[in-house]
Amino acid sequence: MDASIMLGKLIAGMGVSIQIFVMTLVFSLPLGLAVAFGRMSKHPVLRLAVQTYISIMRGTPLMLQLMVVYFGPYYLLGIQVGSGYRIWATMIGFVINYAAYFAEIYRGGIQSMPAGQYEAAALLGYNRVQTFFKIIFPQVFKRILPSVTNEVITLVKDTSLAFTIGVGEMFTTAKALASSQTSVIPFVAAGLFYYVFNLLVAVVMDRTEKKLSYYQ
Amino acid sequence: MNLLEMKHVKKAFDGAQVLQDISLQVGEGEIVSIIGPSGSGKSTLLRCATLLETMDSGELSYLGEAAAWNDSQGKTVYAGRKKLRRIGENYGLVFQNFNLFPHYTVLKNITDAPLCVQKREKAEVYETAKTLLKKMGLEDKANAYPCQLSGGQCQRVAIARALAMNPKILFFDEPTSALDPELTGEVLKVIKSLADLHIAMVIVTHEMAFARDISDRVIFMAGGVIVEEGTPEEVFASANERTQSFLGIYGDMLR
Repeated sequence: MDASIMLGKLIAGMGVSIQIFVMTLVFSLPLGLAVAFGRMSKHPVLRLAVQTYISIMRGTPLMLQLMVVYFGPYYLLGIQVGSGYRIWATMIGFVINYAAYFAEIYRGGIQSMPAGQYEAAALLGYNRVQTFFKIIFPQVFKRILPSVTNEVITLVKDTSLAFTIGVGEMFTTAKALASSQTSVIPFVAAGLFYYVFNLLVAVVMDRTEKKLSYYQ
Repeated sequence: MNLLEMKHVKKAFDGAQVLQDISLQVGEGEIVSIIGPSGSGKSTLLRCATLLETMDSGELSYLGEAAAWNDSQGKTVYAGRKKLRRIGENYGLVFQNFNLFPHYTVLKNITDAPLCVQKREKAEVYETAKTLLKKMGLEDKANAYPCQLSGGQCQRVAIARALAMNPKILFFDEPTSALDPELTGEVLKVIKSLADLHIAMVIVTHEMAFARDISDRVIFMAGGVIVEEGTPEEVFASANERTQSFLGIYGDMLR
C-alpha cells in the first residue's frame, strides 16, 4: 500500500474523531449545566438520582460505558439495532459521560460565587433566570475555564476509545493499518494527530482565557 | 403614611436571638442613622428590611403595602413573589463590600438593571447614568471595570447603581467599613450630597461625626434591641449608661 492511500485512510479516521469530539462538546456542555442544576436541586429524589448518575459515570470506565450503550439495547432489551447505531452509541456514551464531569465543574464554579453577587442582583430586581445568565454564569465560565480545558484535552485522547465498539475513527484506522502493513508509521501518525489537535485546543483555550482577563 | 414600617421584628440565627422585638418607622425623605456595637443586629435589621433575610416574626410594609405580616401563631408570612417584586422597587441597598458586577463596566453596572429589569427608555437611562456619574465625580470612569477602581470609587459606583433605580429609600450597610480614612471621606461626602435628592436614607455606620451631621434621627442599637432613638443632639448627649459607654470618647468630642 502506498503512503498516500494510507494517509487518506488516516485522514478519514481523523474526520470521525473530530466528529465525535465536536458532537460531544456541543451536547455535553449544555447537558452538564442541566445536570449540575439537578445535583444542586432542593428535591432530594432528583438530587439523589443525579448524584448516582454522576457517581456511575465517573466510577466506571468510559470503555465499558460505550459497550453498555452499544450492546445494551440488544442484550438487555432485545432491540435489534443496525450497524448505523455504532456512531450514535459512541456519541451517546461520550455525551452522558462528559456531561457528568462538566456538571461537577459547573457545580464547583457556581458554588464558588460569593453570595453578594446574588444579593446585589436580587436588590436590583433581576429575576432568577436573568441573575444566572447575566450575572453568575459569565463569571462562573471564566472561573472554570482551566478545568474545562483539562477535560477537553482528555476528550481529544478519549475519542480513541470508540475503537472498542468498532467505530472507524483515527485510532481504529491506525491500528488496522499498523497490523496489515506491519509498520509503526500509522501509530506515529496517530500520535502526532492527537498531539497537534491538543496543541490547537490549548492555544484556543489560552486565547479565550486571555480575552476574559479584562476583569478579576 | 410611613414609607417604611417594621413592627416587632424578631430574628434568630441558630438559637442566637439577633433581633428582639425591633420596630422602626421611616418617613419619606427622612435620614436615619443606626449606630451601635458590632453584632448588635444593625445589618440584620437592614437585611430583613430588604428581604435578603427572612424575619421569624414581625411585620414589614412599604408605603402601607404589606410585604410581610404575622400569622395567628405570630410567625412571619411573606407576600407572593410578584407583590414582593413590586414592593422591592421602593428600596435600594448599598453594601459594605460594594458587590459590583466585575464583568460589567461602570456604565453597564449602572444601566443594566434599569434597562433589563425596569425596561426604561434607553436614552433616559443613559442620561440618568451620566448625571449620576457626574454627581459621584466619576464621569471619566464610565468605561472602566470595577477592578480598575479604588474602593472609594467602587462604592460611589455602587451608590450610583442603586440610585439609578429611582428608589424612594436607600439603605446603606456600613458603606465605608471596607475603606481607609481618605476613601471614607470621599464616600461620606457623596452620601451627604444626596440629601438634596429627598429620598429617605437609612445608614448603618460607625462614623459618628457623619451620623451626627447628616441624620434627622439617630438610633442606637445594642444586643438586638433599640436602646435609644432621637435627634442626633439627644442621642449623642444621652445620659443613658449603655449609650454613653458605647459613644465614650466620641460622645464627649461631639457634644
